[in-house]
Amino acid sequence: MTGAIPVRIGSIVQEAPLVKRFRLEPLDGRLPDFSGGAHVVVTMLDGARGRRNAYSLVNPPGDPDRYEIAVRRVADGRGGSIFLHDRVRVGDILTVTPPANLFPLDWRARRHLLIAGGIGITPFVAMTAQLAALGAAFELHYAMRSPLAGAFADRLQQLHGDAVHLYAGSHGERLPIARLIADQLLGTHLYVCGPARLIDEVRATAHAAGWPDAHVHAERFDSARPGAPFTARLARSGRRIAIETDESLLEALEREGVAIDSLCRGGACGRCVTSVAACDGTIEHADHYLSAADKASGRLILPCVSRVRGDGLVLDL
Amino acid sequence: MSFAFSTGTFRDDYGFRNSAEGIARFPFPFTEERYMYSVNVEPHVPGPKGSAFEHPFDIDEHYLAEMAERDLVLRRDPLRCQSMPHMIQAEWDLVELVMTALARDYPQWFHLARRGDDWHWTNRPMAIDQRFTFGDAASLPCPPLEYIGRQVQGDFTLLDQREDNLWLDAGILTSQGKWSLDFDLGMNFIEWHAPVPLAHGLGVFERALKFLLALRLDGPVRRLNWSICVNPRLDTSLESYPEWGPEHFAVTPETVGHMLQLRVELQSLYRLPRSNAVAFSIRCYLISLDELRTNPAWAARFAAVLRDLHPDLLRYKALAPYRDMIIDRLTRDLT
Repeated sequence: MTGAIPVRIGSIVQEAPLVKRFRLEPLDGRLPDFSGGAHVVVTMLDGARGRRNAYSLVNPPGDPDRYEIAVRRVADGRGGSIFLHDRVRVGDILTVTPPANLFPLDWRARRHLLIAGGIGITPFVAMTAQLAALGAAFELHYAMRSPLAGAFADRLQQLHGDAVHLYAGSHGERLPIARLIADQLLGTHLYVCGPARLIDEVRATAHAAGWPDAHVHAERFDSARPGAPFTARLARSGRRIAIETDESLLEALEREGVAIDSLCRGGACGRCVTSVAACDGTIEHADHYLSAADKASGRLILPCVSRVRGDGLVLDL
Repeated sequence: MSFAFSTGTFRDDYGFRNSAEGIARFPFPFTEERYMYSVNVEPHVPGPKGSAFEHPFDIDEHYLAEMAERDLVLRRDPLRCQSMPHMIQAEWDLVELVMTALARDYPQWFHLARRGDDWHWTNRPMAIDQRFTFGDAASLPCPPLEYIGRQVQGDFTLLDQREDNLWLDAGILTSQGKWSLDFDLGMNFIEWHAPVPLAHGLGVFERALKFLLALRLDGPVRRLNWSICVNPRLDTSLESYPEWGPEHFAVTPETVGHMLQLRVELQSLYRLPRSNAVAFSIRCYLISLDELRTNPAWAARFAAVLRDLHPDLLRYKALAPYRDMIIDRLTRDLT
């Protein structure tokens, strides 16, 4: 069902020591437009092995001739970012899904307060471009380890001037979260993206300050963590599939040609939810979709992010 | 497809008729001999050539007649087209969606040339030639939603997505089946479906909502909905009830064949790119019982569906007073 779009790597720019920006160009036709905060899922062929990772689009919307993604090299991840950093060259062909947005702006907001930590800056790059084009009021607060490590910091400051505030940890600068949240006009919407610790702190501070929860938006977009191998058995066919350390259950099923519908691949949208017939071990639910009751029941799993600690499970497939 | 645009009317003398070709391509909604609510959603992929599903937006023989009817309704009641300020990007998204689809699927009638934001749109059947700047509402003679809504068959709502819900924050509706945009504007998906019987208990709306929240840019979906109406009338809104309500009393066993219409909505939903909103197209098809009788298999099936329809649905679809009359008309002398 997913209409994969083939794209050519047009350029690769070192945006920060660990971050590369890839420009993706269509082989023909127009790339569909998108909204700030949208992501695409990039499919890479590493030998015979397919890898799929979701990345925020970081170019300004409204350009049918390119997408851009920023990739942080994660040394202890599942290998997709390492593949992009170390193996992909200008001119290579990859495929991407059409954009989807799980971290959208609320267009009713009278003002947008954006808070980024580290590589959590990526959804805000296109968001600020779209807000600026619409003439909407916004301010961006961006915390980074050091001025050098802050991808897009200079460019954002050039584009948006006083609306952009930078905080370098190496200079002892910290996000003034409490002050930012206490001092906002009614009708402001707050968006936060970054480490779970930052998101939790911002949410808690806003809640305590009396913000409506509906005005606080967070991108919890965890990609699957590597883990111990386990086995999935398919109840209907009896097939057994081994899930390796550095692949998700969803990737393993796709590798074996098992059709699973999916969208975000980050445990947020619920598209890939799959029934569990039995489990020999414990399901480590890593998604933000299933209810606590669903998780406790052990009957459902989101194979994009969740794994089994133990021998394995039987899927109702 | 080649045909002459009809000149039928949807009020007063009710000159609306389907041609034989129009009847043959009617999107008959019943796939089995019974009917109950379900999440009957499927990918909106191109259907058979010549069918109502061949293209995302179906332009048929009633195109010009429907656009004239829409103009009439909007002049009398401008509140049939409303859009909240935060929906302006979704309005433009819809302009792009419809114009690119019509120009691609009906090149004999529509043409779109775009260079950056400079767009040139031609609608030959309506004799429209418009240059405008995409994104600049001042460059069109009316707001973008109204502009494109006046040139494509079917009603549209634009649904804002937030708080894990869809909000009916804009729409252009001149053929709605017994509801009111002015009343429903600003409601969320669960709220505007509140009057529907039975389906809530079946969990239909919760599942449909979850499905639609994940609607993909490359994965529009469709479903068929159905009801009946008296006379081929598109504007069965709550606002105009005093005009069409009394017509129900004229339905008798003698008149039911030409007065009573099976009213089918081909509903299709599209994710919009810039706004992340959802466009909901509600394309209405009408067919009288006598027209339906020209296809005996359809007549027999519709009669079977009515025979066993749940009493709550009979009431909700305003069928109760006519059910036996309709079944009789559909099945009498049928071979």
